[in-house]
Order: sequence, then C-alpha cells, then structure tokens
Amino acid sequence: MEKQATINLEQQFQDRVDQDIRIEPKDWMPDKYRQTLIRQISQHAHSEIVGMLPEGNWITRAPSLRRKATLIAKVQDEAGHGLYLYSAAETLGISRAEMIDQLHTGKAKYSSIFNYPTLTWADIGTIGWLVDGAAIMNQVPLCRTSYGPYARAMVRICKEESFHQRQGFEILLTLSRGSEAQKAMCQDAINRWWWPSIMMFGPADDASPHTAQSMKWKIKRFTNDELRQKFVDICADQVKILGMELPDPELKWNAERGHYDFGKINWEEFWQVISGNGPCNKERIAARVKAHEEGAWVREAATAFATKRAQKQSAAVA
Amino acid sequence: MKIVIQIQRYGDYGDREPVKAEGATQNQADWPLWEVFIRSKMGLDHKHVGSLHAADAQMAIENARDVYTRRQEGISIWVVESKYIHASNPDEAASFYDPANDKVYRHPTFYDLPDELKAM
Repeated sequence: MEKQATINLEQQFQDRVDQDIRIEPKDWMPDKYRQTLIRQISQHAHSEIVGMLPEGNWITRAPSLRRKATLIAKVQDEAGHGLYLYSAAETLGISRAEMIDQLHTGKAKYSSIFNYPTLTWADIGTIGWLVDGAAIMNQVPLCRTSYGPYARAMVRICKEESFHQRQGFEILLTLSRGSEAQKAMCQDAINRWWWPSIMMFGPADDASPHTAQSMKWKIKRFTNDELRQKFVDICADQVKILGMELPDPELKWNAERGHYDFGKINWEEFWQVISGNGPCNKERIAARVKAHEEGAWVREAATAFATKRAQKQSAAVA
Repeated sequence: MKIVIQIQRYGDYGDREPVKAEGATQNQADWPLWEVFIRSKMGLDHKHVGSLHAADAQMAIENARDVYTRRQEGISIWVVESKYIHASNPDEAASFYDPANDKVYRHPTFYDLPDELKAM
C-alpha cells in the first residue's frame, strides 16, 4: 500500500518535470533527486569558492589599476555565486556548516580545473576566456533546470558571468598584440589551460553513468559531450582573433559533421586530479581551511555582539 | 637568427609547503538564515531575491547589499529571519485554491459585449 503511494508520487513528480513545471523546496521529490541535487549544487558552490584562489593570487600583481579593479570585482562575484548556490542547496535540507565541512574534509568535490596553478598574468586572461567560457556553456542550460531555487540562482550567475569572460578575452587580446614575450606568454597559458578546460564538461557520455537519470529529471539539459563539442567549435573560431593556436594537432573542421574534430582527451589526468593528485589540490583546501579557522573568532564575535545588542534592546523596551 | 624567449613563471605554484587537509575542524552552528527582498526602483514592490546567513538584521542588510546589489539592482532592502516566514502547504494546493476555480466571471473577458462598444 505504502509502496503504491510512493510510486504514484514518483509518477506525479515525473509528470510535472515532463511538463516543465518547476519543483520547489516544499514539494514532494524522490530522495535520489534530492541527493543528486545536493551533491551537484554544493559541488558547484564549492567550485565558485575555491575558484577565487587561483585568481585572487594575482590581484596584487595585476599590471594596472584597471586590471586590478576588474579582477577584484570578478573574484567578488565568485564569492556571491558561491553564496547563491549554497543558499539553493540549503533549501534541500543540508546546512551550510555541513557543506563547508564536506569541502574541508575532502568528502565533497569541486571542479578539478581549480587544482591547476596560475603561473603568469596570461593565465588570468585564459581563465576568463576558457574556464569561465566552459562554465557559461554548462550554466546557461541550467537556468532551465527543474529545481526552482537552482534555476533562479543560475539566472543570476549567468547574467554576471559574461563580464568575466569578456574581461579575460580582453587581457589575452592585449597580450596577443604586445611584444614577442607577451605573445609567447599568451600562447603558453592557452597551451596549459586548453585541455583541462575541455575536461570541465566531465567524463565522456559513455563513462558518465548518472547522465541518463539526470536528463530524465531535467537536472541536466545536455550531455557532457554535446556541451564539450559546442565549446570546442566556439573556441576554435575565437582563437583565430587572438592569432594564437589551440594545442591540438588533430583539431580540424569536419564539414560533414558541421563540427570541429578534436584529439583524444587524457582522461587519466582528469581522474588523477579529481582524486586529489593535481598540482594544487592540497594547497587549495589548505587555504580554505586556514581562512575558515582564522575567521572563527570573527564569527563568534559577531554572534556575541548580536546577542548583547538584542539584550540591550529588550532591556530598553522593558 | 634564433630568438630565445624566456617566460617568467612566478604564480602561486609552489609558493608554500602544501598543508594537509586533515584536521579540518567540525563547524560550529551557522548564523541564522535571512530571506532578502529588494525593491529595484521606486514604485515597484520588494521582491524575494534569495537568502543569506548573518548574525543580526543589520549585518543581513549589509551583506545583502554586497551580494544582491553589486550592479545597482536595488534601492531598498528588506530582510526577515527565515524562521518567521509562514507558507501555504503545496500538498494542499488543489483544495486550498479550489474556491477560485469556478468563478470565471471575475475576469472581464467573461462578459459578452458587442464590438461596437468602445472604450470599455
């Protein structure tokens, strides 16, 4: 009897999703839908927060005041994006503290791209162009994802994200028109970031076991490979404006497919970085833990201050 | 002639010894959760935009300014602690909104009037 009721609820839920009716926090949802979303949204939030580190590293070294101001604004946006997403995940019943703890203990993942180092100023441009570009490609379809709070957070994020990509491309464009050394620096950064960027779309469809269910629930709207192809097609054209090259000898326009063909991705590297063996994994988490622990007294002081003020106010009323 | 270009790499890589992630402390309780409402311009309603954690109302308003109005999205902010929001139950939506279902005559289009009738 009870099982029958659950099946009906699941059917009703799926009907709503099929009709593109959004699911809201208090609505009934299958437990696996809830867990999948918590995992995906919190990972996404963690990525925004950890993503501040490689870029924040260059704020003090930005080559001009204009570059510095825009980089600060961008990093501040990432903090905001993290917050929108943490809030969306919290509506599913997980606490902020629990999510932060999962990040710090390594239980939760974040985008593997942020485990790569930012070695030169050109990396900041390349992150804006390729990393934010790939993120936008992933995020735009998520504005129509089936879970309301997630979709609304994504709308806000996408609006802000386009400035990020443009500021990145502008940095590269400037370098690409500069001295020989600046051009070389630009090409070097593209060479290092290209492959990790196209790995950002996740494993190939045949190695991505959850894709089918996530598509059925409309948590995902396109497969990893579909989005990756779209991204490659766009970048292969954009790189020409820079007069640079993508580091893939097999990259070639395929008129028959109407897409660019591209070389094999080194999935071994992808899995290594995901499982903690990237160049900066430990450093990133250590920086997060340090910031959190060293901020503990501030959080406690603010709580104590709020309590004291509330007491004073109620005393004044009485 | 061969030009040698040396690229200076001096980013964050290897700046400091990696520290172990183990020993991350269990977090203490979060600050209370607040819902944020923003009036985007004079004459419009405050609209729900999201939520955030803050120790008190003043901090909630200041954080809301930093998070939700970085691009001049608002000129007025309301915050209310989430625990004070009461909401209708979506499971009862069918019966709860039932009284309005059979009253189409509340809409102007319900009335059958000739096309010659102007300005109404």
